[in-house]
Amino acid sequence: MTTPSNIADGCAAPDQSAPLPASVDLEKETVITGIVSNAEGEAVGGAYVRLLDSSGEFTAEVVTSPEGVFRFFAAPGSWTLRALSRAGNGDLAVDATRGVNEVALAVAAA
Amino acid sequence: MSRDSALVSADWAEKNLDTPGVVFVEVDEDTTAYDGGHIPGAVKLDWKQDLQDPVRRDFVNQEQFSALLSEKGISNDDVVVLYGGNNNWFAAYAYWYFKLYGHEQVKLIDGGRKKWELDARTYTKDVPSRAKTTYVAKEPDLSIRAFRDEVVQAIGVKNLVDVRSPDEFAGRLLAPAHLPQEQSQRGGHIPTAISVPWSKAANEDGTFKSDEELKKIYGDAGLDGSKDTIAYCRIGERSSHTWFVLRELLGQENVKNYDGSWTEYGSLIGVPIALGDEPGKA
Repeated sequence: MTTPSNIADGCAAPDQSAPLPASVDLEKETVITGIVSNAEGEAVGGAYVRLLDSSGEFTAEVVTSPEGVFRFFAAPGSWTLRALSRAGNGDLAVDATRGVNEVALAVAAA
Repeated sequence: MSRDSALVSADWAEKNLDTPGVVFVEVDEDTTAYDGGHIPGAVKLDWKQDLQDPVRRDFVNQEQFSALLSEKGISNDDVVVLYGGNNNWFAAYAYWYFKLYGHEQVKLIDGGRKKWELDARTYTKDVPSRAKTTYVAKEPDLSIRAFRDEVVQAIGVKNLVDVRSPDEFAGRLLAPAHLPQEQSQRGGHIPTAISVPWSKAANEDGTFKSDEELKKIYGDAGLDGSKDTIAYCRIGERSSHTWFVLRELLGQENVKNYDGSWTEYGSLIGVPIALGDEPGKA
């Protein structure tokens, strides 16, 4: 389990299924979170989810938890989520607002 | 240095898992990835626990590094093959670190953990036991490490390459978007720095782009091949990735990594900061 203190220090992705640390202020943060699932609706753990900005530029990437969960701390605006996994790939456009934005991201073999 | 000496493919790695004198090392910040499964025979290095001094803000010194590698069972003449998560950020950081302490033969697995995962190659949870060695680190090679005063003096003089995302460069975000944004340092970038996000150098599966593509990316961004270069990011690991590209893949000389990076620079009193998407003036 990743503690809030080393979240602040490092650049690696914290535990994706952990509860939001108490230090995270949802009045200020824009959280984009959700579950990656396959064509059968099953959660995909170990998928690589990247957050692309409105110009398509890479912003961040995390690996989903065994339950398929991912989470980003972004800013209000337009983003694209892209997932790569052994079960296939998928994309989703998101218009995020301040607070928690929950989405569902499906992947399928090409 | 060149691609052939600094980089190996996942295929090469899989064929050399049992080759004597080759040691695979997984480097991550969050080592639960290693604990959940790793390349067979690989030992783990924890970016923070193993490579950072526990008290001072600096990385481990020559003696600490010698003790660490001795403990891990790595010899001075071993070929060290590094890989990790986060598109090899921390593996590239470790690569820079091994070079800093004078290790002769270091290589990076192209694509790191992600490529290995997407290729559906084998993982194991077995932790290898390696006999202890007597590793002797060399004097740190400061020709590849930049400190803050040199960075301030480089404004408008050397190539400064900011490898963070465009929103971090402009000051709209203070950290990569998988981390909470509240930070003590100011937002923005070092004036005259060009913005070339580390991710420009990598394909979606984490492998590096071709030399021709890489030369074009940095050339188009305004990197002047006749000048010395300093790369930086937020904490120095993404800029290790770019340092690796410029020095080890493209063979550019006089490239330094500023590991203090934005967490140090953005906290300094009185230094200039530029906001927005343009490099800004010296």
